[in-house]
Amino acid sequence: MPGITREEVAHLARLSRLELQAEELDHFAEQLDVIIGAVARVSEVAGQDVPPTSHPLPLSNVMRADEVRQSLTPEQALSGAPASEDQRFRVPQILGED
Amino acid sequence: MTDLIKYTAAETASAIAKGEVSAVEVAQAHLDRINAVDKKVNAFLHVDSEGALAAARKVDDKRAKGEQLSPLAGVPLALKDVFTTKGIPTTCGSKMLEGWIPPYDATLTRRLKDADVVILGKTNMDEFAMGSSTENSAYGPTGNPWDLTRIPGGSGGGSAAALAAFEAPLAIGTDTGGSIRQPGAVTGTVGVKPTYGSVSRYGLVAFSSSLDQGGPCARTVLDAALLHEAIAGHDPLDSTSIDAPVPAVVEAAKMRDIRGMRIGIVKEFAGEGYQAGVMQRFNESVELLRELGAEVVEVSCPSFTLALPAYYLIAPSECSSNLARFDAMRYGLRVGDDGTRSAEQVTALTREAGFGDEVKRRIILGTYALSSGYYDAYYGSAQKVRTLISRDFDAAFAGVDVLISPTTPTTAFPIGERADDPMAMYLADLCTIPSNLAGNAAMSLPCGLAPEDNLPVGLQIIAPAMADDRLYRVGGAVEAALNDKWGHTLLEEAPAL
Repeated sequence: MPGITREEVAHLARLSRLELQAEELDHFAEQLDVIIGAVARVSEVAGQDVPPTSHPLPLSNVMRADEVRQSLTPEQALSGAPASEDQRFRVPQILGED
Repeated sequence: MTDLIKYTAAETASAIAKGEVSAVEVAQAHLDRINAVDKKVNAFLHVDSEGALAAARKVDDKRAKGEQLSPLAGVPLALKDVFTTKGIPTTCGSKMLEGWIPPYDATLTRRLKDADVVILGKTNMDEFAMGSSTENSAYGPTGNPWDLTRIPGGSGGGSAAALAAFEAPLAIGTDTGGSIRQPGAVTGTVGVKPTYGSVSRYGLVAFSSSLDQGGPCARTVLDAALLHEAIAGHDPLDSTSIDAPVPAVVEAAKMRDIRGMRIGIVKEFAGEGYQAGVMQRFNESVELLRELGAEVVEVSCPSFTLALPAYYLIAPSECSSNLARFDAMRYGLRVGDDGTRSAEQVTALTREAGFGDEVKRRIILGTYALSSGYYDAYYGSAQKVRTLISRDFDAAFAGVDVLISPTTPTTAFPIGERADDPMAMYLADLCTIPSNLAGNAAMSLPCGLAPEDNLPVGLQIIAPAMADDRLYRVGGAVEAALNDKWGHTLLEEAPAL
């Protein structure tokens, strides 16, 4: 199994929306390389014909009755918002200038 | 009057029901204790004195009116700060949620309130429940009441320390890879991870959804059973909640008879890395089980050696997805919004500022494991390991009623020792992780002090899914026999704070 490079960590941090500092990148790259080296052992079973388990319970399509019920008020839903306006979440610019 | 903070939950509830003491007196005694010792222990992130006393007054009023009281009415409890509490801060030990006041109660919180349990406050934890020492809290580490320079375990170190420091007789934890059981082991308290799906996850801030499970923490097996019964049961608000009766755990805790039970020692959980004193107490526990009439055999679960690597692919993968919700838009922290930055830049700056190192490491690791080039080799293989571990459990439980092992390979290590060595930290959960991956039930209870350092050792008991009652049957019998042998409970040997 290949290790992980500083460049890969930088790419993953961007995908994860983490604005890492340069020294964090150095440190995490080193630590993640060790961790990935240790967990890579799971690939021993990669070739085995074993079904994967994604969840311990064999439940599927658990639905509730389609009934109107009490939920949070707009004020409650917005109570933790960093910024809000006219009963909506106010967010920074999403689209580009043009 | 004897010291109210030393009462078990069962004794407290009984004394309140009989009118020997008021619920307000009990709550005040614990608030006073928190006030006296928590500067040293740092078990609590938030103490809700007003709410606790109001809940206690309600119990006293009910009793005055002659109303029927629930089995835990008036008993104080410390709640891990990962369950939402309406109107009370919920931080998950993270700067990301500093000052957040949830607008709703978790199902578990509501059940506690409905049972008239008195919630004293919210306890310290590793950030978003990621860690084995509570050092990853953004609000400073918690000290182990046995030795304040040592870790109380994690992620639920605050809940376990609150019990060992006699700040509360009951606490709630969550166990994703051992976060109830390992803190229980290193603080000399009892911790139970119920069968996955038996305690609702609604309002439990998600770390790894297919592994997370809330459960009871207490100083005695019976108290844990009483709390288990209060919080478990089907919840339509959690789509992974099991719609089946809760096993009779309280009855099992009172049985104190394990004659004829078949118990398996997990062969793989011994050897290199296991502290001598931990193995000594574990081996004595095996002898004790035989003396109590159980048949003890050795069993092999070869796939368990792959549990830790599989866990550190599955849990970070689910974490990287779950924690994407912290985007600085709807609740929680937002930094860098100066009118010039885009939403994406604000999200990235906020997550950089709001998350600690371990959370960042796991998000990156999870994103890596789920990347297209690595998915089959890592995440896919980890899911196969999960199947193999379940098969090992099934094979073992075909021959024995419960499995046993040490809960954790060592006693409490010094604060700082493993703080920047993730792999060393991860080893603390070596024995607890298989039960999370398979979704079955497991308990840790104190089985003595390691002779070399006089620190608590935990005995882990594992039962098949929905056979949680077996944990309490074995645990109750072992606890009673050990207390008889010692002439007192283990916590009475803890140094005064």
